[in-house]
Amino acid sequence: MLHLENLSFSVHNNGDSKQIISDINLDIKRGKLYGITGPNGGGKTTLAKVIMGILTHTAGHIYLDGEDISDKNITERANLGIAYAFQQPPRFKGLTVEDLVKIAQPKLSNLSVRKRMRDVGLCPEDYLDRDMGSGLSGGEMKRIEILQVLARNAKLAIFDEPEAGVDLWTIQRLVDIIVGKYQNNPEAAAVLITHNRNILPICDEIVVIEEGRIKHHGHRDEIWPIIRDDIVCQVQDTCRGEEII
Amino acid sequence: MKLEELDKNLLNTISDIKDIPKGAVNIRKDGQAIYRQSSPNIEIKTGETGGLLVEIKPGTKNETVHVPVILTQTGLNDVVYNQFIVGENADATIVAGCGIHNDSHGRSRHEGLHEILVKEGARLKYVEKHYGEGSGTGQKVLYPTTKITVMKNAVAEIETVQIKGVDDTVRITEAYIHEKGSLKVVERLMTHGEQNAVSEIKINIEGQGGSGQILSRSVAKDNSTQVFKAALVGKNECLGHVECDAIIMDKATIKAVPELMAEDSNAVLTHEAAIGKIAGEQLIKLMSLGLTEGQAVDTILEGFLK
Repeated sequence: MLHLENLSFSVHNNGDSKQIISDINLDIKRGKLYGITGPNGGGKTTLAKVIMGILTHTAGHIYLDGEDISDKNITERANLGIAYAFQQPPRFKGLTVEDLVKIAQPKLSNLSVRKRMRDVGLCPEDYLDRDMGSGLSGGEMKRIEILQVLARNAKLAIFDEPEAGVDLWTIQRLVDIIVGKYQNNPEAAAVLITHNRNILPICDEIVVIEEGRIKHHGHRDEIWPIIRDDIVCQVQDTCRGEEII
Repeated sequence: MKLEELDKNLLNTISDIKDIPKGAVNIRKDGQAIYRQSSPNIEIKTGETGGLLVEIKPGTKNETVHVPVILTQTGLNDVVYNQFIVGENADATIVAGCGIHNDSHGRSRHEGLHEILVKEGARLKYVEKHYGEGSGTGQKVLYPTTKITVMKNAVAEIETVQIKGVDDTVRITEAYIHEKGSLKVVERLMTHGEQNAVSEIKINIEGQGGSGQILSRSVAKDNSTQVFKAALVGKNECLGHVECDAIIMDKATIKAVPELMAEDSNAVLTHEAAIGKIAGEQLIKLMSLGLTEGQAVDTILEGFLK
């Protein structure tokens, strides 16, 4: 469905050029879940933003169902079926949770909106009218973000660190929803950018990106044993030795 | 009485009424009252000022009085001085506002002073919307002044809205709050083209336990200019807060001047002011949901001013 061909992105600053992602070749197929992982600063979020059109790649091509979408802008790519759940979603003063969900999917009935809110662990009575300004916690913002992307029924849904800031109970529920919606779905695929050792082993394929390049890519049974120890170590670095599930 | 289509549209925009509403109402068009009706609890008559005297009886519950003004005649300089008295323990809403339609090159101007007394224990919501329209280059000018006194244990909220079409406006709001009285002033403003808007709000909290709050949201587009002055004076043990939040676009200018004055050591007064453009990540987020950039801007502004 999505084919990345020799994809690169570099930034220029005061005459210096820095390569953020280099020569990425990747095929995303329908019905599969892809876990993208790797060290912080390795280029994972940049790759997601390039696919969404938020950043413009400096070399290579992006094909969606055979069509080169390299020149398409964010709106066009969204309407072609690409969706991206931000790592740190922006806040909107004056827009309510319901407003944003209905922008994401105008066809959604009120009943459906409520059901989907419950799916991500948000009680509609408490949250529908909540302002998307400063009152919501990071975890609440994240759940609303994921809810929007799920509601879009995209061909390709990219979730950037969906677990960040979300409590354990909700993560498990969100992962179940994502797996249920995309794994073996003949119409769609999902990409999860994550370090989470509960999420990575259930992805069909794992892609490890380091210093802007694909270091490993393959079936989970092949890649997970190679990276498992690194992931655990990274997580423990982040949590300063406390056990994280 | 039958209203013309133009009048209906203006009234609908400023007062959310499709036709003459039930209950107490006074419609002023081009300097004259064209319709007046009192209700058993709300009496509307001509006061000593020559303007309206609206008296809401003590204990009145959940009633609304509409007093819109519309201007359709060019070159008119309409001046009114209305008085409102909200009786003890009443609970009422006053819907005021002015709509101007001007298709010519001449100037249309409305200057209104509203003096409001909210008596002990009463609750009042006062809504005032301003709007201008018309195909000509004639200026649509509004100079409204609201003076409000909130007596002991009374609660009042003033909501003023000016979203479109007013070329020049100077809005003055002056308030006096007595013991345990409370007032919230919410202002929403959008200017565009070459428009100028000045809003000066001053709340004097005179009584012990009084509270005052000023919340302003504004958007300035094109070459328009806005000046917002919000002053809180705490003369007793009281609480007061000013919050002005503005989005600036194009070549507009905005000046926000929050002012706090405490004349009692138990006065707690705070303010926040922010001016900034629409954040790029907000646009990107909405575009990633399928909106065009223009639709994303409109959605953000509508939400901000909602």
